[in-house]
Parts: sequence; C-alpha cells; structure tokens
Amino acid sequence: MAKIKFTLNNKEVIIDHNPNARLLDILREKFMFTGVKEGCGEGECGACAVLINGEIVNSCMVPLGNVMGKEVLTIEGYSETKSFEVIKEAYSSEGAVQCGFCTPGMMIASEALLRKNPHPTDQEIRDGISGNLCRCTGYNMIIKAIKSAADKGEGLW
Amino acid sequence: MADISVSVNKVDNDEKVSGRALYVNDFLDKDYLYAKTIRSKHAKAVIKSITKPKLPKGYYYVDYHDIPGKNFVKIITEDMPVFVESEINYYGEPIMLVVGPDNNVIKKIEAEIVVEYDILEPLFEYKNSVIHYHFTKGDIKKAFDNPDKIIGYDYDTGYQEQLYIEPQGILGYNEGDKVTLVGSIQCPYYVKNAVMSILDTGEDDVRVIQSVVGGAFGGKEEFPSLTACQLAVAVHKIKQPIKLIYDREEDMEVTTKRHPSKIRLEAAIKNNEIVGIKSIVGLDAGAYIGLSGVVLSRALIASSGAYTIDSLEVDGDVFIIKTVPNGAFRGFGAPQMLFAIEMFIHHIAKDLKLDPLEMRLKYLAKQKDQTSTQGMFRDPIIMNDMITKAMDMSNYKEKIEQYQKKDVYKGIGMSWFLHGCGFTGSGESKHINAVVKLKKDVENKVHILIAAVDMGQGVKTTMKKIVSNVLDIPIDDVIYNNPDTDFVPDSGPTVASRTIMIVGGLVARAALELKNKWVADTELIVTERYVQPKYIKWDEEHFIGDAYPAYSWGVNIVEVEVSKVTYQVNVVGSWSVYDVGKAIDERIIIGQADGGQLQGIGYGYLELMRHKDGRIEHKNVTDYIIPTSVDTPPMETVLMDNPYPLGPYGAKGAGELTLVGGAPAVALAIEQAINRKVNSIPMTPEKIMELVHYGKD
Repeated sequence: MAKIKFTLNNKEVIIDHNPNARLLDILREKFMFTGVKEGCGEGECGACAVLINGEIVNSCMVPLGNVMGKEVLTIEGYSETKSFEVIKEAYSSEGAVQCGFCTPGMMIASEALLRKNPHPTDQEIRDGISGNLCRCTGYNMIIKAIKSAADKGEGLW
Repeated sequence: MADISVSVNKVDNDEKVSGRALYVNDFLDKDYLYAKTIRSKHAKAVIKSITKPKLPKGYYYVDYHDIPGKNFVKIITEDMPVFVESEINYYGEPIMLVVGPDNNVIKKIEAEIVVEYDILEPLFEYKNSVIHYHFTKGDIKKAFDNPDKIIGYDYDTGYQEQLYIEPQGILGYNEGDKVTLVGSIQCPYYVKNAVMSILDTGEDDVRVIQSVVGGAFGGKEEFPSLTACQLAVAVHKIKQPIKLIYDREEDMEVTTKRHPSKIRLEAAIKNNEIVGIKSIVGLDAGAYIGLSGVVLSRALIASSGAYTIDSLEVDGDVFIIKTVPNGAFRGFGAPQMLFAIEMFIHHIAKDLKLDPLEMRLKYLAKQKDQTSTQGMFRDPIIMNDMITKAMDMSNYKEKIEQYQKKDVYKGIGMSWFLHGCGFTGSGESKHINAVVKLKKDVENKVHILIAAVDMGQGVKTTMKKIVSNVLDIPIDDVIYNNPDTDFVPDSGPTVASRTIMIVGGLVARAALELKNKWVADTELIVTERYVQPKYIKWDEEHFIGDAYPAYSWGVNIVEVEVSKVTYQVNVVGSWSVYDVGKAIDERIIIGQADGGQLQGIGYGYLELMRHKDGRIEHKNVTDYIIPTSVDTPPMETVLMDNPYPLGPYGAKGAGELTLVGGAPAVALAIEQAINRKVNSIPMTPEKIMELVHYGKD
C-alpha cells in the first residue's frame, strides 16, 4: 500500500492503495469514472485511453504508482471542456457513434491529436487514431468528424 | 414533411460520447460479487474427479448440482449443458463458477482446483454430420447428363471473430423471489426463456433487462443464454448480486464465432452455358449444434448468389467437431456461400475463356425469376443500375484493363450479392410471432414497447423516427427505453436483418392505428401482431417456396495493391451501392455500410483465427488482427431507393447485407493482382506467397 497523490479531472486526489494496481481499475472502481472502458486489457484497443499530462495513454497499462504527482484527465473531466463540445457536435453530425464503447477513448484520441496538430490531413487523422479500435463504423465517419471539428474549433487547439 | 431518409442526430449520441452510457460492467449500484468460470483444459475427456480447496467465508462454488431445471441451454436442441457434468466436448467448456467478493482471492481458489480427466481422442475433421439438408431446383439430372464439361472447385473459409469492443457480460440479482438479469444482449426473450428453463420456473419469476450494448454482430445473439443461465443459477443459490464479465482473452477463446466452411461447387457446361450447379456445403459447428442448422439453411439457399441458375442440387451438412461452438455472426452463413459462388462464377468464366462481366450479367437475377428454392423474386431488382453506378464511381473498366498486365500487383474486384431479409422460411410466422405495443401516456408522449435492442445500429433513432413521422409529433415526444421483459412484449430477437423491416413495419402500423384513435391527454395502448403475407409459402422439409419475404441487394468494388516483397495486401479503395428499399436514416445506413463493408473486407484478407488441438490460438487483439483506421480505405457508398411495399416507408433489411460482399470483392481484387485463382479466405500473405509460387491462373 502507498499513498498516491495526483490530479484527477482537475481535482487533487489522494488514494491509499497498492501502487501496482491498474490505473484503469482505480479510475472505474474507486473514482467511479466508468466512461473509461476496458476493451482488451493489453494496450491494443484504446477504449481505456486517458490523458496523462496531456499525453494519450492506455490506462490498462499504467500502474497507479506511475501517476504520482501527474494530471490525469478521463472522458468525464474532458467532457466539461469547450473543445469536447466541438468534437461532440462533430461526432454527432457526422454519424461517428454507433455502439459507443470505443467512443470515449476515441474522443480522447481526437483531442490528443488536435492538440499536437490542429489542422491534420486525412492521413494524419488515420495515423492519430490508429491506436483505437472501432468495430462498428469503419472509421471514415470518425475521420470526417475530426476533420470537421478541426475546422469548426479553429483556435481552440 | 421531410423525406424520412434525411438524417437526424442519433438519440443516444450524448450519453455515449460523454461516457455516461451504462454498459453492463458500469453498474456500481450494488455490492456485486464476481463470478469466474472454471473451464476444461482438454478438447475431449471425461472428468474423473475434482478436488476443490475449502472456501473462505463469503465464497461459493456453483456447478450442475445447483441447477433446479434440466441441464441444457435452451436454444434449439437440448445438446449443450450449462455446466459440464462429466463429459468434456471442447477446450474451455464451463465446469463451474467460483463466486465471491474479491477477484484476487477467486484467482487463488481457481489455481488450487484440481480436475482429473480421462483424456480421449478428439475429432477435428468434418466427419460427424448431425444435420443434413438436400434440395433441388429444375432438372439437375438432365443438366448433368452428358455436358460438354464439368467445372468444379473447392472453397474454404475460416473462423471470424465478432470482436465487439465490449466483451460479454451479464449481471444478476434477486427482486423478491424474482431473478433479474441485466446484460449485453441482443435478444432479451431468448435469455428469459433459457433462464426460465434452467431455473424451472414461470415467466413472472425472471426479468431480463438490456444494458447499453457495446457491439454484438451476432455474438450476443444466442451466446448470452449460456452465461445468463450460469449466472441465474448462481443468483438463485447465493441470493446476492453477482457480475459475470469476461476479459478479452476469455471472450475470444470460448465464445461463438463464424462457422468455418468447406464448399464444393460444380457446374455443368453445355455450349458455354451454365446449365446446372451442384453445391455441397460443410459447416464446422464446433462441439454443439446451437444455431448451426439455421446458419446452414441460409448458406444453402444462397447457393446461386445473385444469379438465376435453372437447375440446382444443394447438399449441406453440419459437422460436430471438438472445438468451441460456432454461432451467429452478421451474415449468418451467407458470407461463406457468397464468397464461394462469386469466386466460382469468375473461375468458370476464366476456364471457358469468357469475359466474366458479360457472363455474370447473363445470369444476374431479374424480377419474376425463380429463386434457388423455387420461390419468386416478386419485387423489382435494380442491380443493373447499381452495377453501372458502382463501375462508374470506381472507374472499374479502365482499372481492370490496366491491372490485367502481369507483374503490376494491383487488382480490382467486384462482388454482387443479395441478402434475404428476416428469418429464413417460416421462422417469423411459426416460431417468433412478433408482438409490438405503443403506449400513449396522459402527457401525450408515445412509448415504443418492443424487445429490439440498439447495439449501435441505431434502432432507437430509426424506430423513434418512424413513430414521430407517422404521428407527426416531435421525436422528443417518443420514448424508447432499453427493453425490459417486465414491460415490453416479445417482438422477437434483434437478428436476421428483421428489426426495421418486420418490427419497424409493425411499429409503423401501430402508430397509424394510434393516430386514428388519438384522443389527447388520455392513455391509449395499441398492439400489433405479425401476420405472414398470404402469398408466402414455405415447405421447410423440402426447401420449396419463398425462403424470405424480401431481398436486399448490393454491389461492392474493392481495389488492392499487393506487395511483391512481403505479399502484404493494401486496400486502397472501396465503392458500394446498396438497395435496402428505403433508408429510414441515410447516415445511419451509410454507417452500417462502412462498418459492415470493413468487416467483410477484413474477413477476406486479414482476420485469421485457427485452433491447435482444439484450442483457439488467436485469442487477443494482438494475435487476431482487425482493420485499424490505417488499414481502412476511404469508402464511397450510394443508396438507391427501391421501396418494398410491406416495409415501413419501403424499408428492407440492411444490417447484414453490407458485410456479405466484402470478402469476395477483396479476394477477386487479390486474384487479379497476383493472377492466381483464390479459393480460400482469409487471403493472408503466407497464402498469397504460396499461390504466387504454386497456384493456377
């Protein structure tokens, strides 16, 4: 057991827990942030993606101890931002959501991509979300959504 | 009023995008115990003894001794047990559950359980047939009497994993004497009926509620009946809330997959004409029959694909093999058959040195033609326009000419296909008998009461659209909650491309009735029941008559480049044209088309799964590759209106159709690129290399 202090969705938190526990389980079970999904448990599908200090990371691969002193943003925290609203609208109007299980991770990947590259080309978007598996959409509507968000949210990233 | 096809934002977008949607594992409302399944480690064996450690307080074993009813999963036949009693039929077969509050403790208990087996020799070959179907059309004897030539080829298809991103899961608890189950499921009433059977109890004692479903594709059709039965037995015994959630490896190793198949096709040729085709189909069912007989029917009926062949002889078998049972997967037997027949028609043309396109057009089915089962294509078929459109969009003619040159390693392939909408044969009228209800409350909100599940395909949105359009009320005044068997009638399972055409048709009729009866501020309930159109006749035993009330049609064109060094396939383009009658929402259907098309393409060249000595080798997403965004080409899709008189607003089935043509299109493109006949899928680089060196052109 160890006391781990970090910033979670813009709030300081302290948890006394086994530092080897998966961040994914801690987020879901201890902090009830169930928007973070487990799709594969081996860092391949991206459904559990979160931002740690602004970088996209699969939370199933991160031991809790690693986030000591860092900033963790899950879909729940991200959904209170202005850029979320822009991406959300774009996902809705382009039809990028089907079963929705990959969607929170895909939203996080979209944000991470646009922060690095506010005006991505189609190919850059394909590369940017290639760590997130979707089995429903065939990706093209997601790609269109990110492209449209980049246009509409000009200046946000 | 606007054209119904004009897209609206899906009604469940917001909760999904923000992470608020509750999937089964997101319920933290109770102190759930966890359940873990203890499984066999052999493909065929008899259990001699099980040594179990003494359990800490609060932990439980649940096995077949705890079952109040008869130990089988109610699907069709009574062959698959809920828990093994002694005889093991596949690697990973469930023996019992360990249930308790801490997963780590459960894992320790699991490690200490010792099962001793008498190990037996498993059969993995296609030898033990448990279902055989046979039918003919026309005069097959005459067709095969002294032909100029008989052309025959063998085709085989592999496993395909549904790979919904949300693994299987179900939870359960008691409400008084009632057992309530909440799960990631396609068919609430399949689950309810199976649980009533295993608990040997009445319909008031079981309640089934659908949680938000993170993808299904058939994988959550009959499989959850097994986990629901196991969990219901555990809840019945322990009387505490319990969750049974699979991780990815368990899910991929022990849940149902698409049936591998071996298909032999033979054509009798006279004067360069195909006068008859013999189709011999073998499906690998795995260890238990499950839905395999129904899957086989759909495969057999698709034997002549989108073509009219005057004489047919069709034989099919379901083979029992000591591997994980196979089951429902979008397409349900049709993807295997359509792959085979599309390749075959090209291979015939090649062998006869005829232009494949000209030959195919000659046999393309037309309105009023006889179907493979002597029924009739009653409605207009607009395939000629669809083919022209797809060829124009993709620049097909120019490309196929250009890529004909040897050593280009580029190819373009075009598949034509159809999909029968709704249950095969008399399924709707004989077995399902769908009932739907609409309730108008005193605030004039209209509740859709049906058992259809939104698993991403958008039925919450499309059903609401139908009701709001018929009644001319805002879509927000229509309410459609996830089905709960305590409140909704049995409108049938969410399968077989039936939801919009059959259930949506009933919902539209109910809405019209409600409109006629409408009195403001009072409660009204209307009920509609399925009635089979009178002209539809089906002889189940002999496969004679109209196998489906309607057919949807499609054209896929796929372009590939094959690396001369690594034989990797790069899919560079995809063009599709579909006739689904009338789209209830254009963007939703195009979303179905993109996703289905990619699953079909993946099935054709990428998605490899095998078993070794009965154990699935590819059991995670590192080993089993599905297309990522980088593997996916841009897709251009066109929907052509061809309204079906009995569908709501003219809609036919759409969900499965879009998967069916992907594999043959990509396989034909690869065939052209390497100038070798392709007879099996998935066409992996290893197989391509083998064909390049040893294959036939």
